[in-house]
Amino acid sequence: MEAKVEERPAIRVEAPAVPQKKEGALPVEQHELKMKASDVNLWYGEKQALFDVNLEMFGQSVTALIGPSGCGKSTFLRCLDRMNDVIDGCRVEGDIRLDGQDIYAPRVDPVQLRARVGMVFQKPNPFPKSIFENVAYGPRIHGLCKTKADYTEIVEKSLTRAGLWEEVKDRLDESGTGLSGGQQQRLCIARAISVNPEVLLMDEPCSALDPIATAKIETLMDELKQNLCIVIVTHSMQQAARVSQRTAFFHLGKLVEVDETSKIFTNPTDQRTQDYVTGRFG
Amino acid sequence: MLGSVLLLLLVLVAGSYFFGRKRAVASVSGRQQELHSRPNYHGAYVAAWVGIPALLLVLMWLLLQGAVIDKLLLWSLPLGTTDGLNAGQVSLILSEIKSVAAGNVFSEPSLVVQEAAERYHAWQIIARWAMAAVALSIAILGLFFASRRISPEFRARHGAEHILSGLMIACSLIAILTTLGIVLSLLVEALRFFDRIPALEFFFGLNWEPQIPIREGQVTGGGAFGAIPVFVGTLLIAMIAMAVATPIGLYSAIYLTEYANPKVRAVIKPVLELLAGIPTVVYGFFAVLTVAPAMREFGEMVGVPIAPNSALAAGGVMGIMIIPFISSLSDDAIAAVPRAMRDGSYAMGATKGETITKVLLPAALPGIMGGVLLAVSRAIGETMIVVMAAGIIASLTLNPLEPVTTVTVQIVTLLIGDTEFDNPKTLAAFALGLVLFLVTLGLNIFALHIVRKYREQYE
Amino acid sequence: MSDAQVIGAEATDDWGSDQARRRVRRRYAADRRLQAYGIIAISLAVGLLGVLVTSLVSTGYPAFIQTKVDLPIYIDPAKVDPQDPRSGKYRALVREAVDKAVPGIPDDQKRSIGKILSSDASYIVRDYVVDHPDVIGKTITLPIAVSDPYDQLYKGVIPKEVDALNWTQVAWFDRLENRGLVVEHDGRKSLKLDVYVNPEIVEAGPPPSGDFAVLAQSSLKAYLPRIIDTSLVEMLAADAPEAIGDRIAADPGIIGKTVQIYFPLSPHYVTLANGETPKILNSRFSEDQLEAFDLLDEKGLVRTPFNWELFFNADSRFPERAGLAGAITGSFYALLVCFLLSFPIGIAAAVYLEEFAPKNRFTDLIEVNINNLAAVPSVVFGLLGLAVFLGFFGLPRSAPLVGGMVLSLMTLPTIIITTRAALKAVPPSIREAALGVGASKHQVMMHHVLPLALPGILTGTIIGMAQALGETAPLLLIGMNAFIPSVENMGILEPATALPTQIFSWADSPERGFVSRTSAAILVLLGFLVIMNIIAITLRQMFQRKW
Repeated sequence: MEAKVEERPAIRVEAPAVPQKKEGALPVEQHELKMKASDVNLWYGEKQALFDVNLEMFGQSVTALIGPSGCGKSTFLRCLDRMNDVIDGCRVEGDIRLDGQDIYAPRVDPVQLRARVGMVFQKPNPFPKSIFENVAYGPRIHGLCKTKADYTEIVEKSLTRAGLWEEVKDRLDESGTGLSGGQQQRLCIARAISVNPEVLLMDEPCSALDPIATAKIETLMDELKQNLCIVIVTHSMQQAARVSQRTAFFHLGKLVEVDETSKIFTNPTDQRTQDYVTGRFG
Repeated sequence: MLGSVLLLLLVLVAGSYFFGRKRAVASVSGRQQELHSRPNYHGAYVAAWVGIPALLLVLMWLLLQGAVIDKLLLWSLPLGTTDGLNAGQVSLILSEIKSVAAGNVFSEPSLVVQEAAERYHAWQIIARWAMAAVALSIAILGLFFASRRISPEFRARHGAEHILSGLMIACSLIAILTTLGIVLSLLVEALRFFDRIPALEFFFGLNWEPQIPIREGQVTGGGAFGAIPVFVGTLLIAMIAMAVATPIGLYSAIYLTEYANPKVRAVIKPVLELLAGIPTVVYGFFAVLTVAPAMREFGEMVGVPIAPNSALAAGGVMGIMIIPFISSLSDDAIAAVPRAMRDGSYAMGATKGETITKVLLPAALPGIMGGVLLAVSRAIGETMIVVMAAGIIASLTLNPLEPVTTVTVQIVTLLIGDTEFDNPKTLAAFALGLVLFLVTLGLNIFALHIVRKYREQYE
Repeated sequence: MSDAQVIGAEATDDWGSDQARRRVRRRYAADRRLQAYGIIAISLAVGLLGVLVTSLVSTGYPAFIQTKVDLPIYIDPAKVDPQDPRSGKYRALVREAVDKAVPGIPDDQKRSIGKILSSDASYIVRDYVVDHPDVIGKTITLPIAVSDPYDQLYKGVIPKEVDALNWTQVAWFDRLENRGLVVEHDGRKSLKLDVYVNPEIVEAGPPPSGDFAVLAQSSLKAYLPRIIDTSLVEMLAADAPEAIGDRIAADPGIIGKTVQIYFPLSPHYVTLANGETPKILNSRFSEDQLEAFDLLDEKGLVRTPFNWELFFNADSRFPERAGLAGAITGSFYALLVCFLLSFPIGIAAAVYLEEFAPKNRFTDLIEVNINNLAAVPSVVFGLLGLAVFLGFFGLPRSAPLVGGMVLSLMTLPTIIITTRAALKAVPPSIREAALGVGASKHQVMMHHVLPLALPGILTGTIIGMAQALGETAPLLLIGMNAFIPSVENMGILEPATALPTQIFSWADSPERGFVSRTSAAILVLLGFLVIMNIIAITLRQMFQRKW
């Protein structure tokens, strides 16, 4: 591969541009520490997929996880809301803390954890129910509402926060699967935030969407991060550069480097990071 | 006789195959590459033209011989012999003639009958020889015609393959023929029934007593043919069966797809399928042997009288038989819901039970409904369990502790025993059969429609 | 847009609150309930299957052995002509043999004793002598089947004695006992009842007269108002009403008054009052028969060998002689016809539809038809057979040929559907490779695809045959449940019976012996089905290819 570098088209020679930081904003490290992973190892049966991952994720910011396919970033993301519990034969060791509490402690109930740590998936997966029922699902099962008016209010607020309200307010009874791809994903985001989570995990949320829908969701992320800790897995470095404040680079199950986004993309410490962001592999 | 004809034909067919092959090879003096098709295709072509027309002729002859000779026999009887007799008595005369011809003489047959018997005997022999002659001549004609076409350029392979395709198409058409046969035979006899009994009485009458002669002019069993009690009985037993099978089947399917570990599932699923493989006559006997007496004793203990052939016993056992229909189809429907749905629900913090009841079951509902409808159709059409365990007397009741009768029971009881084809009893069975066929057909089509229309398209 | 205020925020912020914890516990409880329902449902289904099998096995296994008496019989040449052994006086021979085996029976009981043996006994002897004419003049010992009641008795299926009183009668008596009305009087167990000596029914006389029985009854009924009259009558001894007359005779002044009278109990109730269960002899036996039978048993002449007759005899009026030979033969013929018809036609149709047919509306119609036919109730096929095969074509009723034809129509959709699945499973690469070498479509089919799909096709066919073996309703409608007492004249065009229809006929018979034979026949049928399915599954395993 090395011999071919000169013949590559000039598209990915430079690292992606990072938008300028807002004036007067706090450095991210001084936001509250929302989630902290320490020495996390994970096995699928006999095969180890994550090796000693240490990562801090801060509130009111977006942390991006990047890396080539199969490097374990989605697997790590799913550890954060214990979605790997659903997979047979998956074993997790190490320490993951939400607000200082170990989420893998025996007394912790994954059902309640997942109300505090929401997730949006790569392919939009609205339930085959009405738009209203999709968003009302979370409050319903967690018993957050008492009257129909409560539900209506939550649904409206969640859809508004997700930037979908104007488009669907007249057709809340229609099926959620009848929307376009981008709308479906925003519906899933609305569903996820309907229970007012503190952390939002997003697993390649835009990879199934067209550029316009992607842009809308990125704008959304920017707004949502004001109240949430967002952790996003993305294979698009441009996206990571655009939306995140901190970026973590994964490779072959190890966390190679984590730092401010601008630094990762302009002056990474590790050679592997440098190779990846300049497009030498992945 | 028939055996020797068939054997002869077989020999002819085999012979013509080899004959055709040899001629093909001879036509190019042994240089087989110059033949368009390989010699065995020539042989097959000739053999087909020898065997198939002749065989078809034999088949048609055998099937129609009986009817034709019967007609001729009747026509040959002296004028006035059959005046004023109904179809039943005419067929009685015919059978008498035939048994006399076969040598079984019970009482002194009349002269007319004896002469007719001799004629019948003679005609049978003539018919047999005629069939043999015609079949063989057709075979030889085929041999002649086909072997003339043998030549180096002859596309024997195409010929043989076309014949084969023709045979295959004919076989495929048998399915349509069967449906047509069912519809026609049911329709014809049912219409003959409605000639005698007004359709309104049949569909809306409340009295079903086909064995009692109450109509004037009926020589043998006529009676009341109001089918409502029979329909109600059928529905009652079917509903009881569904009440047993649906909860058991559905909950089993839910447990097997979502909660059970793969080893348990691999063992239990075949066991449930076993229930569907047991012949229904076995279930019927089980109902009579064990279930009905047990229910009756239980009823005595609590002071509630339960009839030995109650709808509850028959319906309950039928429900056991139907369990695999519901569990299997629901299992497939639930398993077909994509992982993304489950992930989405778990990620929201739902328990497994909530995911099942609020996401998976609604998503799988079309498939489950289809399974339920198919099970209902099966319950309505089921025969042996109800014949053995349910009642024969029609009574209009919704009480599951009392005996009721169903459409299938009536069809069987009306037709067991001597059947004369003009008797309204017999025809009533066909009318019931028509209703049964149409209802089950409708249910099946409806089930399919529901599954197709409401199935979510998961790309 | 940064609206963090959501209704119920107090609840969401406090996931650790008691309220929240309780909610979660309830949700998990619901989850566990659902799981429990699933386990209950599966246990019910499996349990019912187990009950089915158990009841079949427990009622059926006695039918696999048959009680027989080894009877020494002298084949008197005076009664049997060596030139024509078939028309010998075998009934007399059997009677003499029984006389010798159980000596000392008075003449009037001889007929009854003879009923210990099967009514077919003389035919059993006859058939043996016809096959072995050299035994004429000798004494041979033949195992003769006993009649059904004694067969069931010896096997322990029915008891020698049964309860004399049913449980309702016992229950009513218990009530009287609990009220202290059962006492000993004059050495007899009696009921102490208050009797209103109604002057309209009785007179002082002398001698005292009137309907004492009615008075006794009505007095008793007063204590048990809901009892039915027949139970009442049996309770009192035959001479009990006389107690009224005796009392009147002793003291005529009691007429018009209410006095206590002691009514002796009938024998069964006396037994009951003594704390034992009253029993009577099972009505199927008589005392002298039982004595004779026990004598034979003591002599060691009674055995229970394996019941080969179940498999080799044809049907019979007598359960001890009934066998499945006719049914098995009939089913065999019918399945043979079914196979010969549906196998080639089904495969041809499936091959055409899968490989050759163009995708147009006509082939769609055919496919729809096939799928619908698979779901038509079996009884409708019976109607079709009756109307078309028997009615229109005039084929012989009850013949295996017609049965086989009807079964083949029912099996056709199954074979077509499974064959198509087997053909679909052959990867297209095989077809393409063959076409690439220049084979015609037919040659691809015959030389390449069909052989590879054959295991799947055979599996489907065997399963279809197994289903056809168990079908009853259509065979009933075409009359294929004839009574076949001998296997000799069976043929494809002769009246016949089949295994499932035989089960149906036997199930209708009230004799106890037929109950166990029906279960045994079902076990035989299930045995065949199990074997066929195992063969099918083994075939599938053996030839399973992972493409």
